[in-house]
Amino acid sequence: MGMTVAEKILARAAGREEVRAGEFVVGEIDLAMTHDIFAAKVFDTLLAHGIEELFDPTKVAVVIDHFVPAPTAAIADLQRRTREHVKRFDVGIFYDAGEGISHQLLPERGHVKPGMLIIGTDSHTTTYGALGAAATGVGTSDMVAAMATGRLWFRVPETIRFDLDGALDRWTSWKDVVLSVARMIGTDGAQYRSLEFGGPGAVEAPISGRLTVANMAVELGAKFGIFPADETTFAYLGEPPTEVPGPDPDAEYLDIRTLDLASLGPQVALPSDVDLVVAASEAGGVAIDQAFLGSCTNGRLDDLEAAASVVAGRSVAPGVRFLVAPASRRVMEDALAAGYIATLVEAGATILAPGCGPCFGGHGGLLGPGERGISSSNRNFPGRMGSADAEIFLASPATVAASAVAGRVVDPREVADG
Amino acid sequence: MDDVMRGRVWRFGDDISTDLLSPGAYAVDPVDIRRLHVLESVDPTFAGSVEAGDLLVAGRNFGCGSSRETAPENLAALGIACVVAASFARIFLRNAVAIGLPVLVCPDAHGIVETGQQGQVDLAAGTFENLTTGASAVGEPLPDEMRRILAAGGILAGVTVDDASPRSV
Repeated sequence: MGMTVAEKILARAAGREEVRAGEFVVGEIDLAMTHDIFAAKVFDTLLAHGIEELFDPTKVAVVIDHFVPAPTAAIADLQRRTREHVKRFDVGIFYDAGEGISHQLLPERGHVKPGMLIIGTDSHTTTYGALGAAATGVGTSDMVAAMATGRLWFRVPETIRFDLDGALDRWTSWKDVVLSVARMIGTDGAQYRSLEFGGPGAVEAPISGRLTVANMAVELGAKFGIFPADETTFAYLGEPPTEVPGPDPDAEYLDIRTLDLASLGPQVALPSDVDLVVAASEAGGVAIDQAFLGSCTNGRLDDLEAAASVVAGRSVAPGVRFLVAPASRRVMEDALAAGYIATLVEAGATILAPGCGPCFGGHGGLLGPGERGISSSNRNFPGRMGSADAEIFLASPATVAASAVAGRVVDPREVADG
Repeated sequence: MDDVMRGRVWRFGDDISTDLLSPGAYAVDPVDIRRLHVLESVDPTFAGSVEAGDLLVAGRNFGCGSSRETAPENLAALGIACVVAASFARIFLRNAVAIGLPVLVCPDAHGIVETGQQGQVDLAAGTFENLTTGASAVGEPLPDEMRRILAAGGILAGVTVDDASPRSV
């Protein structure tokens, strides 16, 4: 019997010929990432256990991305301590505030390779599955154990396969694809499972789209969200193709689902769950106070391009704050060079520092009680972006930009084609 | 850690997220502040009224969202002895085990109990009993691998300075 990608990667990491879903294994960690919210706690805890050396500093990454720039003196001090720890532990991969979001930087700067087993103290660590890695979020205690020993326990997940067919139309994006998957299986539809994406539609998917889908695998409960590596992956990495784990033809799946990309159209997740998904045109046209474009889900160059193409020659509606946070400095540089930033600013957007921005409710553009926001990010739970009495709609960059112009939640075709 | 725990029950619904258990605005505050805001938008009385040994019983997908370990840590700091849920989001489950907070998957428990009633959890048997009404529900004990970590008090109980040396593969 063959193995899924998740089983192959965990088998390799555990030094085994073969593993099966349901087994517990101890895997060797290829890359361990932590960010400014948790890094100091992780390193403090290591020291408290008498551990002054990492299992392998070259396999450890620290990124200051959540509170950028530091909004309070206390957080500035936390980040100062984080930098001290980075030096003390000789951390091999470090990106300071302003470089961008961890989940953008580690793929963008070539740290993520197909077949790796990766953990991060962030639920959206699943993003790295876009490059064919098995990557998942853990807490600080698990991270401490992994940074000390280089190993961590895993239950080998069952896999749900999604075969994608057809092609997206002009106004439908990979965000709309993953929101459609959420509608199909719900926020716990892949609980404890690995999601594996394949089929002609997945092969055609650009890396940016794969990153968006793998990023939100965790919103479906998944441990991993994996696009098996292919020519597109190696072209992105700028490397000659090597033999990496793909699924065996006789791999055993818990379920195999199909999705026709051509039929989707723009989607919106209504407040306050990721699986309350409707067509954007059926979202009720409710008035919004804020539109946020950014995050590890949708802050990349083609996301900014899509938004710029919608707002070009138009203006953000009066009373609406349109916030844009490029996912990395490189994305910002490229967007500047391409003119997207100018287009967005001319339309009335406020450009934020490369980083997580208001997505996680920490700072920098939060929603007040009774306010409504539309966001290209990944979560719309109560309190996610500020007040628990605010409402959040999730959508693609084009839909967010169109809604910023319209002042209400709209299908982007209503603005862009109008 | 005893396998059997008795306590007053706090009952919550489905999809209790980490944003409710540990709001992002307090992400880097100390636990003494964080715990005051646990579930405040769902039940403003909870954090101020919960007592050591109380049980939290919830519906499906408990702890969905972030990887923040502060979610189970806040509950433990409030004195919650065990979280019983119809299902858990995987990172919350992992984190609870990693810090030694007992959890039980029991799909029917939240259907047979109300806030304020007395409950009993048996981790080894995987059962939840409503001591006020006599109703009971059968869930699934955690796998042995996870129960061993819980019984040790968390994953760091086994991590020592000896682990820091590079390991040959």
